[in-house]
Amino acid sequence: MNILVCIKQVPGSNNVEVDPVTGVLKRSGVQSKINPYDLYAIETALSLAENKGGRVECITMGPPQAKAIITEAVCMGAECGTVLTDRKFAGADVLATAYTLSQGIKKCGEYDIIICGKQTTDGDTAQVGAELSEYLGIPNVSNVLSVDEVKDGKAYLTASLDDRIVKLNVKLPCLISVDGDINTPRLPSYKVKKTIGDDKVKFLTFEDFDDQNPDNYGLSGSATQVERIFPPEKNSEKQNITGNAAEQTEQLFGILAAKKMI
Amino acid sequence: MYNKLTKEDISVLSSIVGESEVLCGNAISLDYAHDELGGIEKMPEALVRVHTTEQISAVMKLAYERNIPVTVRGSGTGLVGAAVPIEGGILLETAKMNKIKELDQNNLTVTVEPGVLLMELAAFAEENDFLYPPDPGEKSATIGGNISTNAGGMRAVKYGVTRDYVRALTVVMPDGKIEKLGGKVAKNSSGYSLKDLVVGSEGTLCIITEAVLKLVPLPKVSVSLLVPFGDMKSAIEAVPKIICSKVTPTAIEYMSRDTILFSEDYLGKKFPDTKNDAYILLTFDGNTEEQVERDMSTVADLCLEIGAIDAYIIDTEERKKSVWSARGAFLEAIKASTTEMDECDVVVPVNRVDEFIKFTHALADEMGVRIPSFGHAGDGNLHIYICRDDLGDGKWEEILELCFERMYTKAEELGGLVSGEHGIGYAKKEYLKKQCGETQIALMQGIKKVFDPKNILNPGKVCF
Repeated sequence: MNILVCIKQVPGSNNVEVDPVTGVLKRSGVQSKINPYDLYAIETALSLAENKGGRVECITMGPPQAKAIITEAVCMGAECGTVLTDRKFAGADVLATAYTLSQGIKKCGEYDIIICGKQTTDGDTAQVGAELSEYLGIPNVSNVLSVDEVKDGKAYLTASLDDRIVKLNVKLPCLISVDGDINTPRLPSYKVKKTIGDDKVKFLTFEDFDDQNPDNYGLSGSATQVERIFPPEKNSEKQNITGNAAEQTEQLFGILAAKKMI
Repeated sequence: MYNKLTKEDISVLSSIVGESEVLCGNAISLDYAHDELGGIEKMPEALVRVHTTEQISAVMKLAYERNIPVTVRGSGTGLVGAAVPIEGGILLETAKMNKIKELDQNNLTVTVEPGVLLMELAAFAEENDFLYPPDPGEKSATIGGNISTNAGGMRAVKYGVTRDYVRALTVVMPDGKIEKLGGKVAKNSSGYSLKDLVVGSEGTLCIITEAVLKLVPLPKVSVSLLVPFGDMKSAIEAVPKIICSKVTPTAIEYMSRDTILFSEDYLGKKFPDTKNDAYILLTFDGNTEEQVERDMSTVADLCLEIGAIDAYIIDTEERKKSVWSARGAFLEAIKASTTEMDECDVVVPVNRVDEFIKFTHALADEMGVRIPSFGHAGDGNLHIYICRDDLGDGKWEEILELCFERMYTKAEELGGLVSGEHGIGYAKKEYLKKQCGETQIALMQGIKKVFDPKNILNPGKVCF
């Protein structure tokens, strides 16, 4: 079974500054890491390959330094990975990102299951997985909690529909987006890191793709334009609830109900 | 003999702290009769929740005049019964004195009230780009209690223990006088260091009502390594070699697979790796990625050379959380795995750690009991737990006494001491007496008498 995991490099901390003029995240000088949600996807893929046999590859779109996250995925157990990098890809929104990934994936090989994380911690759109499946023309299941079985050309999944849990099966090849916190991702191995060669990371650029129309990529291929990016306001408002256990429970219920949280 | 609290005493206490802050009889939760593991229970006659130094002073004036015993309690997370009011009297709870009063960026200090929780202090320091290095596993302990035991925690290998970070203390003496010990100074050769004597005195000398603590700039980079070994022997034997490598990790912890599995059960959360029998967990910090990476690689290479199966890199907040949250829950997890347990918190010279752990394994086999352990391999402080499991009454006490006897004797033979950070309190008094001998115990008792001539402050603890 061939499994491909889509991953993204994101800022290493939540305290990322936004350039007040351009509204763009200031990424330079900031440590970066694999999008934490993608770690659950990698772990799902590696466990599946261990249990059912198969190999795991990764793919990312980003600047050349995104190589670091492919290397990290290899240190976690992936075979190898591909970085899709080109100035023409810059400024891509979810649609252009999904399209670029679909072009790249077609050049990488054939996969039984493509796994994405639920969303990224820098964009938080949670749309790339579903859009990518459209471009690839394969079925998609989101919010997957577990891959229970893969047999007879089908994947048997448990997924969350917010108010209920569903069990379903889907024909291979398919794309799934896994939920957050569904497993404990394994740690990258220093032993592998020490011996890893350059052959584990492949770079693909615009020139390598079938679709040679630059208007389908990057900013010009984007259906949406970012007007402004700003960090969410920090809210450190605290409310102390006092009284005995029954009184505190009553008050807490009142507050949550007033805020329509329950 | 002490006096019992009278109605008049209660009304004086109420006038000092307010009626709602004085609880008596059934109004006091049974939790106040014990700590987390001391093996002793006793209800106070009154629970008094204090809010200010002046209130404590007034309470102590009353107690001194009326000869009423007073025991101070923070969060009650102690492990040796130090905060149990074994003579009844007043249990003085400082948990509500929980303000962080000042961050002095010029002197690199933070001034706190005793009820501030360790997790609150750590978060506050970090928010302001500082580190308060002492890092005991029990994050819901109060700083007052922490100073009273001098618990050092996981970063002691590089940064030292709590005493190294206490610059000044405001204390209330048993007769109610308020004294300031030490100061916001980096050096101090001004007579006997009373401040250092109070640190680790387990509430027997005076009551800490404010502390000025030293901070260090927050290291910019911190990376941990989880190093799996095929067996505990190889893991433990690696520690002295790591220390000889002259790289100073912030922490070197050891843990067995069993303990990790207990914590998985307890937290309902999987640990990133449980394939191997034994692990060493190390942390490295510094101001540049290059330096931390170099230190980490030196130790990782060394571990691989001496037989480690791999070295897993823990370099993001998520990864740190998945590993360190399990480490922080080990004590509670072992507790949940058995019917009853008691602990041994010995500290031995770092180069004897492996010998001591191997001894506890042999002892477990010989006695036919489970003795899981984990701890600060890098500073020689081990947390060893004797589990009762299905042992019957009588047999359990017999085995426990034998195990303790053998372990403390062995620790002493290796040049170790009774407690590394949990203190003596009530539970370990006999072992302290045995180890220190008459002269040292007499010195401790003499000190106690000078501070507390009427012996009203936390009586029956440490050296009495």
